[in-house]
Amino acid sequence: MAKEKKGVRLEHISKIYKDPKTGKDFYAVKDAHLEIEPGSFVTLLGPSGCGKTTTLRMIAGFESPDEGEIYLGNEPINALTPNKRDTAMVFQSYALLPHYNIFDNVAYGLKLRKMDKETIKRKVTDILGLVGLEGMENRMTNQLSGGQQQRVALARALVIEPGVLLFDEPLSNLDAKLRVSMRTEIRRIQQEAGITAIYVTHDQSEAMAISDKVIIMNRGNVEQISTPQEAYYYPNNKFVADFIGEANFLKGKVKAQDKVEIAGSDISCATGSLAVGAECDVVLRPEGAILGDNGVIKGSVKYSCFMGAYQDYHILVGDTLLKIQEYNPKNKKIYNVGDEVFLNFEDNTLYAL
Amino acid sequence: MAKSQSASLDRKKLMADPIMVTTIALLIVFLTVFILYPLAILLVDSFVSETGFTLDTFKRVLALPNFRRAITNTLKVGFLVGIASALIGLLFAYVEVYVKLRTRFMEGLFRVVSMLPVVSPPFVLSLSMIMLFGKAGIITRFLLKIYDNSVYGFWGIAIVQTLTFFPVCYMMLKGLLKNIDPSLEEAARDMGASRFKVFNTVTLPLILPGLGNAFLVTFIESIADFANPMIIGGSYDTLATTIYLQITGAYDKQGAAAMAVVLLGITLLMFVVQKYYLEAKSTATLSGKASRERMLITDKSVTIPLTILCSALAIFVILMYICVPFGAMFRTWGYDFHLTFKWFGQVFKKYKGFKAFKDSFILSLISAPITALLSMIISYLVVKRKFKAKGFIEAVSMLAMAVPGTVLGIGYIRGFSGGLFGSGILQGLYGTGAILVIVFIVRSLPTGTRSGISALRQIDKSIEESAYDMGADSFKVFMTVTLPLIKDSFLSGFVTSFVRSITAISAIILLVTPSYLLITVQINEFAEKGAYGIACAFASILILITYGAVLIMNLLMKYFGTSRRVQTND
Repeated sequence: MAKEKKGVRLEHISKIYKDPKTGKDFYAVKDAHLEIEPGSFVTLLGPSGCGKTTTLRMIAGFESPDEGEIYLGNEPINALTPNKRDTAMVFQSYALLPHYNIFDNVAYGLKLRKMDKETIKRKVTDILGLVGLEGMENRMTNQLSGGQQQRVALARALVIEPGVLLFDEPLSNLDAKLRVSMRTEIRRIQQEAGITAIYVTHDQSEAMAISDKVIIMNRGNVEQISTPQEAYYYPNNKFVADFIGEANFLKGKVKAQDKVEIAGSDISCATGSLAVGAECDVVLRPEGAILGDNGVIKGSVKYSCFMGAYQDYHILVGDTLLKIQEYNPKNKKIYNVGDEVFLNFEDNTLYAL
Repeated sequence: MAKSQSASLDRKKLMADPIMVTTIALLIVFLTVFILYPLAILLVDSFVSETGFTLDTFKRVLALPNFRRAITNTLKVGFLVGIASALIGLLFAYVEVYVKLRTRFMEGLFRVVSMLPVVSPPFVLSLSMIMLFGKAGIITRFLLKIYDNSVYGFWGIAIVQTLTFFPVCYMMLKGLLKNIDPSLEEAARDMGASRFKVFNTVTLPLILPGLGNAFLVTFIESIADFANPMIIGGSYDTLATTIYLQITGAYDKQGAAAMAVVLLGITLLMFVVQKYYLEAKSTATLSGKASRERMLITDKSVTIPLTILCSALAIFVILMYICVPFGAMFRTWGYDFHLTFKWFGQVFKKYKGFKAFKDSFILSLISAPITALLSMIISYLVVKRKFKAKGFIEAVSMLAMAVPGTVLGIGYIRGFSGGLFGSGILQGLYGTGAILVIVFIVRSLPTGTRSGISALRQIDKSIEESAYDMGADSFKVFMTVTLPLIKDSFLSGFVTSFVRSITAISAIILLVTPSYLLITVQINEFAEKGAYGIACAFASILILITYGAVLIMNLLMKYFGTSRRVQTND
């Protein structure tokens, strides 16, 4: 459907704001240097205040970068106003025009492009079909549910066939169930339309579910750009490890390329580019340990709770409290508070930072 | 860290939008030429003589006993009126928000009181005060048999101004009281405080900044008021009337300019305190909506005295308004109570009533849409856009609120009678209808802008951004999104500015030439001569026009307004 898939390139982009309280300048985004492939679905992910929305708004043109240049396709767009950029944004608050009905909302961008009435009608009808709102043309926006309003916002952005589609936390106003079904829907529509999409969210499961790539940001810095799997299995640093999923950190020492010494035992562990002999933090995901009456690391149970799908444990090893989840607890031995327990690890589950 | 790149990019983006740039440039020129320049000229006039900088003019006017008296008079009236209006306003607001009003009659009374300041020409109450309590007053002469009562002077002005301005305080305080979370007071009651104690320790401290705000707003209105002191002041001169007499009676333009600077200094000071200190404080303490309905006071020992007090006051005010059309229908007020239409007849046959109404009507009708549109544009720029001159535009259009009409009038005389800086440029403007229209616009701009700004602040910024993002330029965004969304504010701005213009007097009385007859100037003239019948006839028709305008506005809002639809869309 899209006339041309466009990539986006940010070259050393920084944005400086003034702190309203202290009056000091600070980097809202610092030296973001990244490339988004045409046709891919990329998520800017991070906690609030990390600079993800600022980055998106710089791509849309609502904010101007203080350093660097943004390219849309091969065209530098720094000096273009939002209305001259080949981007379309889906807003967090939907931002539908409340004085127009659904048809006029979706047709707004097409009318601005001076298309004839027939074409507009055909395009609007087609796109409303794609987002599952056929027959709703004459409703006013306040007669729709939140999810439906979100679809209108999506249709309105899609119908002008932008080079890049931008999403600013579009699902955060919906309830949990609807969020899950809408994100699948957004992914499907993006694939069908074959359009480049940049999506901002603070919800890591949402990011994992829809993205080809995630760009993880923290305090203005880009911490990691990778597939969701890579970010989960091979985080660049403690922040990423902690932000994507849950993580326990164990102190260790690199023994060999695939061996780390933890609490006196040598354990199989990927070490990336760490030098032999270096002190390291080993990332242990809650589902990454197998509990048993004997094994490599000893600990004591401080909390044990049945959660249905898994048994939730807090286990004290040395002076670190580990959060461990053992799935399928029905067929496994349950440890109670005060019990002594040993942790075992399958090969290829641990990763040292 | 250098922010230079984003600044230059923002500038480039702005420049890519020629309509917006032109609009901003024109606005800056308009505000500079018609608000800042006339005020600056007053400063120049009063501080500069042929020999350079001088304080002689100030020394001279300050040595005038009548000017010194006028300063103390003005401040005395201002303080009393400010305090009295704030207190009466508080009483009304409290009764409406906290006390259970039993009857529709009471609700009606409150609604009328809240609408009066909108539709009322400024000096109506002075007229009726004289007719009720003056030498020939119905109440004094016929009910109380007092034949030499004088309503002129301090008490006359103070009472009339209080009755004119307290509804404004009432509306301001009502908004604040409604925003207090009832659970705060319930908590205090729950801990054992009496109702009086709750009011003293919870409610009052919470609205104290708001009360101060109401006081200052009224204070400014009172000392800027020209019409009432003119009619009911007698020999008790205030600053506004003294300045007027200095220029129309003594032909002392420099002296008048210096006096105007003094008056402007006082109002500006009050305005700055009110705007930047109290206003922020009074909204900061009370933000957000009440969590749920308030339990209204039903205790008879509270409700009965309060409702009686309020109704008495309200009825008294309404009575004073009713007095005006009757004044126009009696043969000779105070002596001959036969009904007659001769005053109305004279208005049209003898005193060119048609021309007066036509001139006032047309000039106001020209200025109203311009004011409404201008104030919406200014609000849009201030709330939704960022650019360098934004602070200037906001500050100057708000500044106009603190400039008394008399001061503006003197500024225009000094600034435009010889053209810009005496150069002859724009001289053609002076004495025309155009300059009257401009004065109307400048005088109504702050109210319109304020209502536009508060309306726009309630609209999610991303709605406009989305239109912008879809490909609309600023002009398109304003016309297809902003304006339709604040249609109500535009309509009310339109009507308010029309009403304000058609009832205005303080600035235009200094600028109007014999080729234009304005209703308010006529009323003032006849009232001063003591021809109350004619004055009342003019005033009654004026009230009818303004009331009609408000009715039309309400109708328009009902059928074309958007806000209800927008509000329900979350």
